[in-house]
Amino acid sequence: MSSNAALTDLIIKMADDELVQGHRNSEWTGLGPVMEEDIAFSSMAQDKIGHAWALYRILHENLGGEDPDRFAFMRPEKAFKCSHLVEMPNSGYDFSLMRHFLFDHAETVRYESMRESSFEPFQQLSKKFRGELKYHTLHADAFLIQLCNAGEEGYARMQTALYETIALAAGIFEPSAAYEETLIADKVYPGEKELYSRWLDQIYPVLVKAALNLPDMNTITPVYGGRQGFHTSYLVPLLKEMGEVFNLDTEASW
Amino acid sequence: MSATISKEEVYEALEQVMDPEIPVLSVIDLGMITGVEITEGQPVLIRMIPTFAACPAVSYIKDNIRTVVEKALGIAVTVEIDKQVHWESNRMTSAAKEKLKNFGIAPPPVLEGEVRPEIMLNTPCPHCGSEHTYLRSPFGSTLCRAIHYCKSCGQVFEQFKPLE
Repeated sequence: MSSNAALTDLIIKMADDELVQGHRNSEWTGLGPVMEEDIAFSSMAQDKIGHAWALYRILHENLGGEDPDRFAFMRPEKAFKCSHLVEMPNSGYDFSLMRHFLFDHAETVRYESMRESSFEPFQQLSKKFRGELKYHTLHADAFLIQLCNAGEEGYARMQTALYETIALAAGIFEPSAAYEETLIADKVYPGEKELYSRWLDQIYPVLVKAALNLPDMNTITPVYGGRQGFHTSYLVPLLKEMGEVFNLDTEASW
Repeated sequence: MSATISKEEVYEALEQVMDPEIPVLSVIDLGMITGVEITEGQPVLIRMIPTFAACPAVSYIKDNIRTVVEKALGIAVTVEIDKQVHWESNRMTSAAKEKLKNFGIAPPPVLEGEVRPEIMLNTPCPHCGSEHTYLRSPFGSTLCRAIHYCKSCGQVFEQFKPLE
């Protein structure tokens, strides 16, 4: 079995992505372009934050980590390991939808790969999240394809959104210098490089249906750094807002 | 503590614990209970599972189970989340699906294998029974619901989503 440090590092990356993406999704509440989309992004926000919570609980219960709420809301920016993709402000619906498409497929291949993980709590999460994530990718694929087939403006905006997000999304798969090989050898999961390739295999057919051009991935420089605690300037304000109520009284009971 | 309480009595009491979001369905109807253990001299142990991982009603339901069963049977009860079992929509009983339909929510179809997008198409309308319907959004007013539209009776309706 991999060391606790290796598992902890991997779980924090996954959980922080879920938490921050969940918060970004929640920013669509009340602002969606149509009511169904308002509801969809709000529901997905709830799912993501639930996934983050389940992961923080594993840290707490299996690996001696802190209480999930305190861990989520009281850490300094440097201790966060989320990718830059999820930190970016929502911008327009086009950007948000494309990010949701790329992120949720990445999440799907990741949890799918953990069905037979040597770390047992991952097996259970994998089963639980799998069914829920189907609805996220179903939603993303359907809207992406519809907007791209809806006319010139929709198509052009989604293509632009893909160019804007693809390097950021590739940054999800930043391998850990210290633990990657151990986690693979111990069969915790197949590793970032393998997930990246499975992810491309999964998004490609949908992009083809939408007639979008995926840039040559060899010319893309993935945006790394988030996993090592280096973040965009957007993360600090987000964390401040997200933890605002909790930090009014960290000992309060809810 | 009474040693004469049987599992059947506990299950009967559980039929009175209703889901806060769908008040016509009990935790038994929904298939949320995974086990009851009765050990002499100890509180009765009830194991449950949430439907969706992020269901905000879980702790409310958990407390509800404890208080309702304790009151009904006059015994001490401990409720635990069962981590070994995950909820799938096939756990819902057919009686529950009928109640759901009468409540105005389309029940999930029986799943054979995985959820595919096609399974969300032509969901029978709970109001008029027509299958001339389409999926408006896989997300609804709660995590477990989707929104459909019936072209026959012109009404928007919700469905309890199939979940693998």
